[in-house]
Amino acid sequence: MMREQYLTAYRWMLLARISEEKYASLYRAGKIYGGVFVGKGQEAISAATALALRKGDIFAPLIRDQAGRLAFGESLLDATRTYLGSRLGPMRGRDGNVHRGRPRDGYMAMVSHLGSMISVVSGALMARRSKGETGAIGAVSMGEGGTSTGAFHEALNQAAVEKLPLVVVVTNNQYAYSTPTARQFACGNLADRAVGYGIEGYTLERGNDLAACLDVIGLAAERARAGRGPQMVVASTLRLSGHGEHDDGHYVLDALKRSATGADCMKVTEQFILDEGLGTAAELEHWRADAVRQVEEAVATAQREPAPDPDTEDWCALSTRFLGDTYDGGCH
Amino acid sequence: MSITYLEAIREAQARALADDPRVYIYGQDVGAFGGAFKATKNLAVEFPGRVLDAPISEDAIVGSAIGAAIEGMRPIIEIQYADFSTVGFNQIVNNAATLFWRTQVKCPIVFRLPSGGTPGSGPFHSQSMEALYATYPGLIVMTPATVEDAYSMLLEAVEIDDPVVFCEHKYLYYHLKAEQLPTEAMPTGKARIARPGRDATVVTYSAMVHEALAMAEGLAREGIEIEVVDLRSIKPLDTDTVLASVARTGRLLAVGEAWPWGGVTAEVVARVACDGYNLLDAAPMRLNAKDTPIPFHPNLWGTHRPTAQTIARAVKDLLRR
Repeated sequence: MMREQYLTAYRWMLLARISEEKYASLYRAGKIYGGVFVGKGQEAISAATALALRKGDIFAPLIRDQAGRLAFGESLLDATRTYLGSRLGPMRGRDGNVHRGRPRDGYMAMVSHLGSMISVVSGALMARRSKGETGAIGAVSMGEGGTSTGAFHEALNQAAVEKLPLVVVVTNNQYAYSTPTARQFACGNLADRAVGYGIEGYTLERGNDLAACLDVIGLAAERARAGRGPQMVVASTLRLSGHGEHDDGHYVLDALKRSATGADCMKVTEQFILDEGLGTAAELEHWRADAVRQVEEAVATAQREPAPDPDTEDWCALSTRFLGDTYDGGCH
Repeated sequence: MSITYLEAIREAQARALADDPRVYIYGQDVGAFGGAFKATKNLAVEFPGRVLDAPISEDAIVGSAIGAAIEGMRPIIEIQYADFSTVGFNQIVNNAATLFWRTQVKCPIVFRLPSGGTPGSGPFHSQSMEALYATYPGLIVMTPATVEDAYSMLLEAVEIDDPVVFCEHKYLYYHLKAEQLPTEAMPTGKARIARPGRDATVVTYSAMVHEALAMAEGLAREGIEIEVVDLRSIKPLDTDTVLASVARTGRLLAVGEAWPWGGVTAEVVARVACDGYNLLDAAPMRLNAKDTPIPFHPNLWGTHRPTAQTIARAVKDLLRR
């Protein structure tokens, strides 16, 4: 584990944490339409996933991946624009918050139906292979709740059959909305499922330990790139928020909050930086101030940008415009 | 030499594969086996690596096609039976159909859905899913009724930059024949006057076009001239051609093999009622399948769906209105 990589990851985590705290406060102030879903407690896993990827790779993040999205190359302004509904953002006000992406750049725009994006990444990898383009891998984020879907199962099996260079990172954050793991699955360890699919699996007990995340997810990515087929990492941590900002998460057990799983990855990481001499308290303070400045700038910019305009909006869902069914019910 | 509706679909795919290296076929049993209906017969041999067997995973099959389309490919997905497309429904309507609107990235995929009833096929191998897909924005829904349309519309579907649900009718696969493949075609989005007539308009699509034509031939012997409109695609739906026909005849019967609640026939009647009320000399009518699962036994099946006889009865009712 190299100092530079660790600190790079930490700074993406920090920018994610601070930007999402800002979005949450804007939400409470009524400045954001729709929901805000934060990755608090999952930043280490998310950043490590994106940092295992290179230019030209494919990434399908999920709702708690602000850190990974930024680390993969999304601009903070694009993220902020999507929350604030700017017409200049990648979704132009047509879709919001976590449903953003730039698929042409390998950055997939998730739909809400869990498990659906895994096979999309697989298809992109199949296309690369058929075009003779090698070397790229794909990574998909999933929660432990998403592993209960048929889509997840179908996609893992399909990826294994096709021996695709795919890394699936399952973050077990102990709750799917309000549902605890005991009501979600009955197997002892979700990573055991890898055996059933015929792929390699990894258990990452301390998903709030950035060094462990970088090591394990990095190894999985390396093996996928080396042609060993799909890899599944199951990382444990605790969601340190409600499901979204509308939810106070009162059902999260105190015992979990006090456990090692419940430790905040930001604090763990900062302590590690100080203990290992990777950075000083003054540097930590400086990086934090820098992140705050970036966030303030992005919010100020996005807030000045135009909202979508229903009168000039192109109300055609097809790219083949002349095949649009333009019937208006007689309401000319 | 003659060519069947099914062979036309096979030939269209062969030509699409030959013409465009971005095209590939993915679906259950489509590879060496050549497909449950042999719509991809020998294509895996003629186009190595481009006609791929899939696991029984409609969700993942469709999902992977979306990813491939994002990467610039043009997948043809064979869903073994239209009925099974419900398992991939979420990916079709929520992922493929929304992609362009949400991200401006085009999603050129053809979903081939072997649709509709045949004797003995029963509740889960007979369904007509077209209306379900037509209700979602972002999809084009084709329902070819002729060998010529099966060929030319499938080729056009592959060239369209949006997801196309191609509802090919299994009842027409083997017995519907043409002398040769067409060299020119009507564009998608245009309905066809399958038979001209002055007394009433029957608007239909897919296999029901042939029941309607048989009905019209029978009634012609009684001196009744029925105009039959073949919609060809139900989304877009060519309202203008329908209205023009109703303007000539003054009477409308919409016929569909799908179930009676909502759907294509309801849409046709609604459009004519809203935009062509004054063209009508009588209240319009609809004829659909019965509102039960599709029965297995041919005796029941033959009564469940509209036929030339039941359409003729409905038309006579319409003419008395």
